[in-house]
Amino acid sequence: MARDRGTPEVNAGSMADIAFLLLIFFLVTTTIASDKGVSLRLPPKAPDTQQNEVRKNERNIFKVLVNSSDRVLVNNEPMTDLNELRPLVKEFVMNYGRDPKLSESPKDAVVSFKADRGTSYATYIEILDNLKGAYNEIYAANVGLTVEQYLKLDRKKPREKKMYEDSKIGRDGNKIPMSISIADPTKSGS
Amino acid sequence: MSKFKKKSKASQDIPTSALPDIIFMLLFFFMTTTTMRTDDIKVQQRFPAATQLSKIEKKSLVSYIYVGAPKETSRFGTEPVIQINDVFAEPKDLILYVAKEKDKLADYERDQITMAMKVDKEAKMGIVTDVQQSLKDANALKVLYTSIQKRKDS
Repeated sequence: MARDRGTPEVNAGSMADIAFLLLIFFLVTTTIASDKGVSLRLPPKAPDTQQNEVRKNERNIFKVLVNSSDRVLVNNEPMTDLNELRPLVKEFVMNYGRDPKLSESPKDAVVSFKADRGTSYATYIEILDNLKGAYNEIYAANVGLTVEQYLKLDRKKPREKKMYEDSKIGRDGNKIPMSISIADPTKSGS
Repeated sequence: MSKFKKKSKASQDIPTSALPDIIFMLLFFFMTTTTMRTDDIKVQQRFPAATQLSKIEKKSLVSYIYVGAPKETSRFGTEPVIQINDVFAEPKDLILYVAKEKDKLADYERDQITMAMKVDKEAKMGIVTDVQQSLKDANALKVLYTSIQKRKDS
């Protein structure tokens, strides 16, 4: 009587329990990957003997200094609002020799960033972010994108990769290098 | 009466055979979106916010350095320290660490090694600089300061 009723069924009620157990295991042992950040290339180690032998023309260096109480000095003038930094860097890099005080060409321009040992890391990242932001704004403008769109370019796709490469070419045909130089810090702070 | 009773009996159990499917779906979601925690982090990790973030292109090329105040302040104090793998380290230990990490990579990838610096925002630049000097000595020049996306309005 019972045999002809319905198809035979596997008892799958405990399957959910097993899956739950696995799920909880993964929830506990994993972290959501937070592998995003501000990338930077450190300057190579300077030879001990002849440091600062190659001197750049003074006008090609944009100096940013931060002291141990997080006060910022840009080209020897104090700056309180860090939002002013980006336009200044852009103006400096994209000068093409017009203003005798600013850089000769984007190729020669160097942004020198020097922090003190007592500078807080948060300030350091904020300034570095602004410096990179200025360069990214230049690159993004070269290909007619907004900075957000520019940062989302996927270099695995050929079309977007080409766009990425084109963005680095300045209007004089030369590449605009992102020359942000991290100088060795002063030792005054703690 | 008997007819009525029969009807109620038939609707009593809820079909739960689809439940494992739903749970499995959740499970797969978590399995794919998360990574195994390799290091037992012993230092504070609150990252600064930034806007110009770049993603790591190749995970295998990345090694991590953690900097921050120790979580166990009663035992290790409140001064920020460096942690590599599972232990606290001195800046000079990084040279060996980088060499070991480079050994894990193929020859042609060795100069592309990226050091992800997971630095707490309360830390001072002094310790970060010490780390960077060691990285320069170890010839690992690509660094990534791990940070979180800054909100537009702030």
